[in-house]
Amino acid sequence: MKKTNLKLRVILILAITILGLYKVFMPNITGAGARLPKKSDFTIAGIKQNLRENIHLGLDLKGGSHLVMRVKTEEHLKRLTEDNAVAALNAAKAKGLPVSEGHAEVGTNNYRVVLTADDASKINEVREAIENERNVELSDRLGWSFSSSGNKLIWNLTGAAQRTLSDEATKQALQTIETRINALGVAEPTLQTHGAQDSHQILLQMPGVTDPERVKKVLRADSRLELVHVISPPSPAPSQTYSTREEAIASLNSSGTIPANRKVLEYSERMDPSSESKENQNQPKAVKWVVVETPAIIDGSELRNAAGVPSRAGGTEDYEIQFSLKKSGADKFGAWTGAHINDYMGVVLNDQVRSIAYIKSQITDTGEISGRFTKESAEDLALTLRSGALPASIEYLEERTVGASLGDDSIRAGVRASLVGLLLVVLFMLFYYRGSGVNAVVALILNMILMMAGLIIFGATLTLPGIAGIILTIGMAVDSNVLIFERIREELRTGKTVASAVEQGFGRAFVTIIDTHVTTVVSSLFLFLFGTGPIRGFAVTLILGLIINLFSAVYVSRTIFIWLLSRKERAESLSI
Amino acid sequence: MIQIFKDVKIDWLANRRVFIAVSILLMLAGLFSAIYRQWNHQRNPSAPQAFNLGVDFKGGSVITVKFKQRPPAERIHAAIAQQGVHDAIIQPVTDKPDEVLVKMPLEGPDTGSSGDAQVDPGQTKVRRALASFGSEAAGDLASDPNAAYKIVGTEAVGPVAGQQLRNKAIAVTLAALVGILLYIAFRFEWTYGAAAVIAVFHDVLVTLGFFSIFQWEISLTVIAALLTLVGFSVNDTIVVFDRIRENRRLHRRDSLYKITNDSINQTLSRTVITSGLVFLSVLAMVIFGGEVLFGFSVALLIGISFGTYSSVAIASPIMVWWEQRLDAANRALALAPKPLGGTAAGARTNGVPVKSRPAAAGVRNQSRGAGRA
Repeated sequence: MKKTNLKLRVILILAITILGLYKVFMPNITGAGARLPKKSDFTIAGIKQNLRENIHLGLDLKGGSHLVMRVKTEEHLKRLTEDNAVAALNAAKAKGLPVSEGHAEVGTNNYRVVLTADDASKINEVREAIENERNVELSDRLGWSFSSSGNKLIWNLTGAAQRTLSDEATKQALQTIETRINALGVAEPTLQTHGAQDSHQILLQMPGVTDPERVKKVLRADSRLELVHVISPPSPAPSQTYSTREEAIASLNSSGTIPANRKVLEYSERMDPSSESKENQNQPKAVKWVVVETPAIIDGSELRNAAGVPSRAGGTEDYEIQFSLKKSGADKFGAWTGAHINDYMGVVLNDQVRSIAYIKSQITDTGEISGRFTKESAEDLALTLRSGALPASIEYLEERTVGASLGDDSIRAGVRASLVGLLLVVLFMLFYYRGSGVNAVVALILNMILMMAGLIIFGATLTLPGIAGIILTIGMAVDSNVLIFERIREELRTGKTVASAVEQGFGRAFVTIIDTHVTTVVSSLFLFLFGTGPIRGFAVTLILGLIINLFSAVYVSRTIFIWLLSRKERAESLSI
Repeated sequence: MIQIFKDVKIDWLANRRVFIAVSILLMLAGLFSAIYRQWNHQRNPSAPQAFNLGVDFKGGSVITVKFKQRPPAERIHAAIAQQGVHDAIIQPVTDKPDEVLVKMPLEGPDTGSSGDAQVDPGQTKVRRALASFGSEAAGDLASDPNAAYKIVGTEAVGPVAGQQLRNKAIAVTLAALVGILLYIAFRFEWTYGAAAVIAVFHDVLVTLGFFSIFQWEISLTVIAALLTLVGFSVNDTIVVFDRIRENRRLHRRDSLYKITNDSINQTLSRTVITSGLVFLSVLAMVIFGGEVLFGFSVALLIGISFGTYSSVAIASPIMVWWEQRLDAANRALALAPKPLGGTAAGARTNGVPVKSRPAAAGVRNQSRGAGRA
């Protein structure tokens, strides 16, 4: 081996080692919080602090919550189908088409809108008129396949369209959740789709949040806002309310059915369903019923902004939500209020009428929802209104929280186990292989440092199974050294010179090391690609450790041998 | 120079029947335990199932509670039962005297429809039950003088997620095995790959057998441990196979039987040292890793032991047996009058394996009768 070659090797190794040490123990010089190292970074406390800041700990070590939820996309499809059925029937009535009845049929993976024409011969005429209607989304292009049977017109939502719409709903839910989480000020959340695509699952991880109840409440909040026309004699008469649902329905017609353009809704004045305070629970529920017109004047999609503000009327504890409308919504709203002076309008939240007021003058773009909110509930509600409605409600499949103290205990246990393992290995290697054992120990420690550096560079998180992966890397690293040393011993026994025994030992053992490493990396890659949380964390450290091991246990260890041999002209013995 | 083995000459393959019998017995013991427990469970639902699946796979809740003064497990159980949860298991944490784990199966079939957005409503009941022991600390337990306990961790897995995790764990394990098989087949021969995978499969089954017999809980981390032992066991097997491949090139005249024995003996020091060291570091995990790492470490401890054993006692004999069978079949082909696949039949001597078997395989069946004659 030539001297220059050795020099190059040493320079490369030193450079990588210094880089690794820097990455692990010194402040980062790129990205957020970048700064140059200062004097205090070289104290033990400084190094500890930097180490803690550099390594991303997983939730199981740092504490936090982990939520897996499913978007109930079937709800979204159901609502879509029902809305279309109502819109189609309304359109037919408005245009005077010969249609007697219309409804939605919803089953498992089966969504259809059915209209009944007066006469089977009119089917084509009705179909064309309905599909061309602007408010109706029933067309082949949108995934509704048409069929007819007798005098019935049937639009079936195709499987492909169901999938596309469900995927879109999931994506929209993800966006809505992201807006809400960010508005809540959760630090460094992880939000992504989870599992197979057709499972419509979302994973949310929030480090440091050990009580996710408030977050869950905000996420769960299904905030559909509508401004509706309340059917009532105009002001100054009081708004028309009914004490029972039956009474409200009876006022519509004598047959006891609700026409398609009317809805009967609960009106719970001055109640706050999102706050479950004892005070509210003890009060008797003052439930009334009102009849409103459907579709609504405008809905939450026309909202530009919403904010929780102290109520102008109430005391210090009373809050209300002030909202403003977008241009298109303001136009519609302005036109309607202009035409309905003295009529009653209701603010409907999640199919519950929250407040009723009469129109004093034309309103264009602002309004408020009052109803004895607390500061937090008003702000949370405003937040969910701002972020838009969830396309469907969500259900939780998995929920884990880890307290910070539990995480600390796990780190301590993991680090202790690693150190004890490392110590045992080091002692044995020094005892059994003497001088060459030092090689192995240097390689091992370098491996640990570079693995940490690797985790930092790739921004990977260290989890509890990840620590287990590190312990196993120690095992594999030692195995490489044992393979090499045993081989060198064998070669020495056959009477070879030290130099050629080292050469041959490394050469032969290298083939085996490559084979063992590649097989383990292959199986770990599967874990990484298809595994879930903890399994993945384990695969990351193992893959990193194995790749680094090829450098530390083979390249570095060999360089040390070359250096040792180069110091003597004719090496006759080797401490191995 | 300290050496564990000097020039060993053990005839490993001579004992193959004993080895394989022992392994089959161990696997049968595990299988018997699983089947018996499952059968018993069906007659008596309170008896344990084949495997003690953790909440990850079965669904359910685990709540970790830290007490200032831990009440006896029976009292906690009674308090929780009063809230209507009767099948909760109260498990004191062995390495932390002030903590308990409250484990319970899922309450009720569906939680989403009730409007309650919790995965498991049972958790609320446990929280209510715990309140009878005092108040929960808002911050750190030690710094709150009025608090009696603190919930330091919760886990809840719904039935859908549980099943999903279970299926995924099985799929990932099988995929990893196939990956290993393909790589070894590519680097060696497919017989080597198959032998290695059979050995690994054996290790996983034996380890699972232990988990059934002793009813240790199987969680996601235990699956990670099983996958690790797959890696380690294959690692061991490859070291031996690698030496066999090398020796076959060096000593073309020796029989595969002798070469295999020699190779095992030559790598014996390495096998013992590496496995011993890994065993020691895993033992450190069992002892110092605490409750969280217990399942993981114990699975590895058993797995590493059997992984080492199987690479010597299972993988090598199977590979030798298989190769000899193929060799005999090929020789029979070569002796047969007018071999149909003439070029391929002669190519395989007892020297270096030749990768042209598909042609010979095609005619093996047709000429078997002729070969025996």
